[in-house]
Formats: sequence, C-alpha cells, structure tokens
Amino acid sequence: MRARLVLLIVGIAFLALAPLVATAFDQLFYIDLLRRVMIFAIAALSLNLILGYGGMVSFGHAAYLGIGGYAVAILAHHGIHNGFLQLGVAVGASALVALVIGAISIRTSGIYFIMITLAFTQMLYFLGISLDAYGGDDGLRLAARSDLGGLVDLGNSTAFYYLVFAVMIAFLYLIHRIVNSRFGMVIRASNSNEARTRAIGFSPYPYRLAAFVIAGAMCGVAGYLFVNHTAYLTPDFMHWTRSGEIMFMVILGGIGTSVGPILGAFVLLLLEDLLSGMTGFVGQHWQLFIGLFLVLVVLFAKRGLAGLLPGAQRND
Amino acid sequence: MTEPLLDIQGLVKAFGALRATDGVALDVLPGETHAIIGPNGAGKTTLIAQLAGDLRPDAGRIRFAGEDITPLGAAARSHKGLARSFQITSVYREFSALDNVALAVQAHAGHSFRFWRAAQSEEVLHGPARAILDEVGLGSRAQVLAANLAHGEQRQLEIAMVLATRPRLLLLDEPVAGMGADESQRMVQFLGTLKGRQTIVLVEHDMDAVFTLADRISVLVYGRVIATGTPEEIRTNREVRAAYLGEELED
Amino acid sequence: MNAILFVEQTLNGLQFGVTLFLMAAGLTLVFGIMNMVNLAHGAMYMVGAYLAVAATQWTGSYLAGVLLALVGTLLVGVVTEVVALRTLYERDHLDQVLATFGLILFFNELVAIIWGRAALFSDLPQALSGHIELVTNLRYPVYRLMIIIVGLLVALLLWYVVTRTRLGMLIRAGASNRTMVSALGINIRLLYTIVFGFGAALAGLAGVMAGPIYAVQPGMGELILIQVFVVIVIGGIGSIRGALAGAIIVGMVDTMGRAFLKPALGALISPTAAEAAGPALASMLIYLLMAVVLALRPEGLFPARGH
Repeated sequence: MRARLVLLIVGIAFLALAPLVATAFDQLFYIDLLRRVMIFAIAALSLNLILGYGGMVSFGHAAYLGIGGYAVAILAHHGIHNGFLQLGVAVGASALVALVIGAISIRTSGIYFIMITLAFTQMLYFLGISLDAYGGDDGLRLAARSDLGGLVDLGNSTAFYYLVFAVMIAFLYLIHRIVNSRFGMVIRASNSNEARTRAIGFSPYPYRLAAFVIAGAMCGVAGYLFVNHTAYLTPDFMHWTRSGEIMFMVILGGIGTSVGPILGAFVLLLLEDLLSGMTGFVGQHWQLFIGLFLVLVVLFAKRGLAGLLPGAQRND
Repeated sequence: MTEPLLDIQGLVKAFGALRATDGVALDVLPGETHAIIGPNGAGKTTLIAQLAGDLRPDAGRIRFAGEDITPLGAAARSHKGLARSFQITSVYREFSALDNVALAVQAHAGHSFRFWRAAQSEEVLHGPARAILDEVGLGSRAQVLAANLAHGEQRQLEIAMVLATRPRLLLLDEPVAGMGADESQRMVQFLGTLKGRQTIVLVEHDMDAVFTLADRISVLVYGRVIATGTPEEIRTNREVRAAYLGEELED
Repeated sequence: MNAILFVEQTLNGLQFGVTLFLMAAGLTLVFGIMNMVNLAHGAMYMVGAYLAVAATQWTGSYLAGVLLALVGTLLVGVVTEVVALRTLYERDHLDQVLATFGLILFFNELVAIIWGRAALFSDLPQALSGHIELVTNLRYPVYRLMIIIVGLLVALLLWYVVTRTRLGMLIRAGASNRTMVSALGINIRLLYTIVFGFGAALAGLAGVMAGPIYAVQPGMGELILIQVFVVIVIGGIGSIRGALAGAIIVGMVDTMGRAFLKPALGALISPTAAEAAGPALASMLIYLLMAVVLALRPEGLFPARGH
C-alpha cells in the first residue's frame, strides 16, 4: 500500500511540474499532449465508476464526450461564450442523456446492455452528422474557447493544463469518496452478487441508474474540456471506436482500481503517440500494433497495469 | 388460535409441462421452526424461490403477516421482514465479513443515496454488524475477506447477513449443505439458539438437523405437500415413508 | 405518394434487410450459443468484400471470385476462432468486447496494408449490371434483385438446416441451453468452430454482395455491424427467426425513413424545418425503434427460450 502511495505522489508531482519543465526546454508540444491525455483520463475515470465498480459494460461512453463538446460548440456558435453557463449545459445535457439511455439499457444486462449502449451512441453520432447547421459531418470550429472570466484563461496553454490537472485530481478524489460511501457500497455489491443484494433488500436499478448518470455527467466535463482543447468539434467525438478506446484505458490500467484509468489513459495514448510518430511501416500502420496490443493485454494481463504495481491487493 | 405469520394458498408454478409447484398450501406460525423436506426434484428450490420473491407463481397467494405479498419482488419482501439464505453460499466475496454484514444493516437503514461519507466509518452500520458477527461466532474474523473464509464460516456469515436485516421470518435453504460433521453440528446448535425467538422456514436434506430443530415438518413430493405435522407424526406417517422408500427415516 | 417509388423503396428495404439478415444470422447464434460478444463479425463482412474484389480480378470470373471469397472468409473465420476467440468463451463479456475490438483494428489495418486505404470499386459482370423492367415504369437493377433472391434463398436454407437437421437441432439446443448440449457429450468445440466458420462465411457473403453497391474500404464492416446489433436486439438473441424478422424490419424502416420521412414531415410541419429534421430523424429511426421494442419486450420479439 505504501509503495502505491509513493508512486501516486510521484506521478502527481510529475504532472504538476511537467509544464514548468516543458517550458524551460521549450517543448510546449508536451503540454498539449499531456493535457489531452489527462482529458481522456477524466473520461476513463468516469467510465470506471460504472464499468469497474458497477460492472456495467457501457460501450457508449464517448456519447457524453460528444454531448459535452456539442454543448460548448453550439452555444459558442450562437455567441454565448460564458464558460460557466456552457459547463452547466454540458453537464446537464450529459446527465439527461445518460438518464434516458441508462433508464432503458439498465433494465437489460449482459450482451444486450453492451449492444444497446453502443447503438444509442451510434444514434447520437448520426444525429451529429445530420446536424448541418452545426457543421454536420465536417464538424465545427469552436468560435471561441470558453470564457471562464478571470479564473482561468483557456487560451493560455499552461493555465488550461493546470485546470485539466485540477479537474482530474478532483474527480479522482470524488470517485474515491463515492465508491466508499453507502451509495458506492450498493453499486459494488450489486456488481459482486446481484441476487444477494436483492435478498438483503436493495433494488439495484435506481442506484445503477444514478451511477450511470453521474458517470455521464463527469464524462460531459471531459467533453467540455476536450472541445476547448481541440478548438474543433466533429461527430468523431462520439465515434464508437472512441468508446472502445476509453474502455480499453480502464482495462489496461486496471479495472475497478482508483488510479488505474489514469494509468491506462497515459500508457495507451502515449503509446499511440509514439507509434504514430515513427517513420516507415510502424508509423503508417500503427493501428495494427495497437490492435494486437489490445488483444494481448486482454488475453494475458487480466488485472491491467495496476495489477503489476507493488501492493496490488484486490481479489477477483 | 394464532394467526399464521406466513400463509400460502394454492401456489402453482409450471415450467412447460412440469408442475414444479402444484397447489401448495402451507402455513407457518409465529415463533415456530417449520421444516420443508422432500426427495430430490420435489420442488423445494422452486418453492423457496417463490417465497423469497425471485420467481413469480402462476397461481395462488402468499400472505405474510396478514398482507398479500405475492406481487412483491425480493427486495420489497426483505423490507417486509422476510430474509433468506441461499442453497449455494451467497456472500460478497471481495468484501470483508464485517462489510458483508454492514451492507445488510445498511439495506434496512434508510435509502443509500449518500455519496460522501465512507460507509466503513459509520458506526451505525458497523456497530450492529459487529454485534451480529459476535453472535454467530465470527467476531474474530470480522476483517477477513469473505472469499478467504472457510466454507462453514461463509455459511455462518450468510446467516449473519440474514439476521442483520432484522427479519420476522427466516428462509433457510439447506443451511448445513456441504458442511463437515463438526461444522454442521455447530450450525444446528446455533440455529437451536434462535428457536422460539425467530420464526424459521427450514429447507434441509440433513434429517438429523431437521428432526432436531423443527416444530413442524411439511413433506413435499412432486410439487405437493403430502403431509404436515410434528416430527413424531411425520416419522410415523405411512405415505411419507413410502415417498422416501423407507430409507432416510428408518433411524 | 408515388406508387412506383414506393415499390422501388420497398425492394431497396428488402435488399438491405436480407443483407442485414446474412450478417445477423451467424452473429445471433454466436451470441446465443457461445454467450460471446463478437465485434469482429464486421471484419468478416469486410474481408469477404475485399476477397471478392481480389479474387474476381485474379480469376477474371465473377462467379469464381465470389466462390473463392466465400471459402476464404470461411477459412479466415475458422482461423480467427481457433487462434484468438476460442480462449475468450470462458471470459466475461468485457474481455470479449475488448479483444474483438482489438481484432477489428487489426483487420482494418491489415486490409489497408494489403489493398491500401483508398476505396475499391468492383465491376459487375454484364449479365448483372443492367436493369429489368418489373412493371411498367419500374426499372430495377438486376443486381439488387439478385441480392434479394440470394438472401431469401439463404434464409430458406438456414431454416432447413436449423429446423430439419441434426446439426440444426444441436444449434437450437445450444442457443437455449448450453449446459444440456455439453451434457449430451457433443464435441462442443467443434460445434462452436462450425457455427463460427459458417457465420463468418455468411457475413462474408453479405460483404461480397455489398461490394459492388457500396465502397469497399477499411472499416466498412463497422457501420453495418452496429445496425446488425440493433437487428439482434429487436429480434432476440440466439433466434434465427428473430434475426430474419428484425433484419427485414430494420431494413424497411431505415430505407423508408430515408426516402419518405422528409416529405412526410414537410407536409406536417414547414418544409424548411423538415429539411433539417428529416434526415436527422431518419438516421435515428432504427435506434428509436430499438428503444421502443426494448421498452415493450426487453427480450426481443422472438426470444430463444430457456435462458
């Protein structure tokens, strides 16, 4: 346990200092890269709440990334740049959509649940494509980044970085609190043994639905940050492979562990960045290797990277 | 005459052509230990599932404490005061024994939409949970993961979870199944201490346990109750002896 | 409404429906019998389409190309099952989703390496490339008509195999009660491989036939895969009958929605609003249909019994 804590502190310290180092060496590219990674880490953290702790294999988590993004871009398109208002809409809309999708899909389980969450996200993807007023297939340039008053200037790469960093740490803590609360115990118990959970008097449905909505809303925040990061919105925010990627981050890092999703996001995205940056065959066909990597991780590294760390003590 | 706590009338459940429960009528008086026995395939599991609310009967009515609970699901019945143990041990393997019981306490301590405070720091959950673990004799094992408990201990833990819901009726589905002689004896002893304080429906294969604990016994054969009576009446009932081919009740 | 247009769109819907059915038939059995989520099924569709293009060019004969492509897809399916998927049957759904997701990335990139990223277009033989006048004023492409006929024939054949043969009996038993089949002492691994291989070949057939209509390109199998999921959810997992019903319903609803929703809306609300809402709604229609079916019948229209 102590070794893990040390690693966590080292990791946080590294991320806290990274912009200073990058600026000193004039490698600003790395600030952008790490910021992007952390945004996906936020998305993966939120998915881990329902997937890792709740056992709900949602294959549509990119939907909320998209809704968060569209909320900002559409408002900005109409000249509303107030970042707090945009955030409210992004979170509210994500929660609402999660409520509707969750209400239908959580009534089912197993393969049905996976297919349904995937299908609904695909529906939103097509909706995005058909929204010609907002760029349709081609997407939409963000008219201006969210205006957070004097709080944070999102145009400033480093300031934006620290905002993302702060949100990620806050969500890490928030989820830690949730999964250990009474609510979290019910979610985990329902995942562990549903029949037993009913027999002692819990109806899992409302708790699962609430967790689904919380995870959706949190991922909406990631979408909010992501569209500000790219400054460009496309329906690809919601592409189904993105859902798969976020899911893979959770598994890669270690499902149902607190920092696993962050770890997974870092390893997967940095690996992608590394492979795609290479010249020749590997650089051109890096997805071939990511695909193989994915299959191998699933087949041979069941507990993810967190399982390899010292002090791994979860019993599965 | 006292009002029965559990009153079952004309219960029917069919799977295709097979009537696994075929017009069962049964009553359980407050405070009694009522055992349900029967040969394999008699429909005991199906009956328990309907009593617990995991299976919806095709016909018939289940009244509990004077109230019709037939349409209620398992969770709702738990809140009415009906608690069950499972034939195959059913605990939360990745939680500690204490957390297992605390969850059962929590299920009956208001809604659980509480997102912030760590459940493990809540004395209102863990205090009663610890007391119940002590009662079933698992007090020293409170912090052990349920998965790491011995089989007999897991069964005890399950009983603890059942008790933690402060039930008015315990449905125990083969509580000594798969136990060694020692373990099984201890469990029977413990269940004996509940006698009189708790109303118990006991489904069990182990005839020693049944005849030690039961006030009344109902015999289920092919989905029907062929006899109900005191252990002595059942022991001498000819129909029952025929159903069991005279084997198990000889001794 | 224009009657000719309506008939034409009905045929288009039927054609899309049978294509979906060819995909759904194998997949629903894999779901039902092996309780396995297989995203790589879309890759088989793509592999079939590519192999058909390549084999047709190589042999110079369309028919030979099609046959080679079917055999090729069957082989690819069997190899994939034996090498990668077999080990996943015992795993949970999450692992299956991720591993087969990885396989999709792998196959997409593999075909890009072999054939490039640009879309291929395949030529049809003379006999199939024309139109035929079904009734006065309705000229319909011969090729699309052929897809409908082939699809319906395959459906008939499948119905025969599943309901009238020993293999079919095992498959049906497997879809509704897996433990029973293994209890019967059947070589369940072989049964799985057979089901998987032929499922892949059927997906390949769908891909082969879709090739000349749509672009053959990496990732082409994914779009239809998700639509096939909708088909299976609507029809009920593990049910061939459900797959057929679901496929025809989804094919019709999707095609009709795209053709008639905009004008229909235009009559109800303002044409400009319909201009914007029509296509959006049309593209969402099958998913909304799925939601409605789930709300009414969570197990699908024709659930395989005995889960």
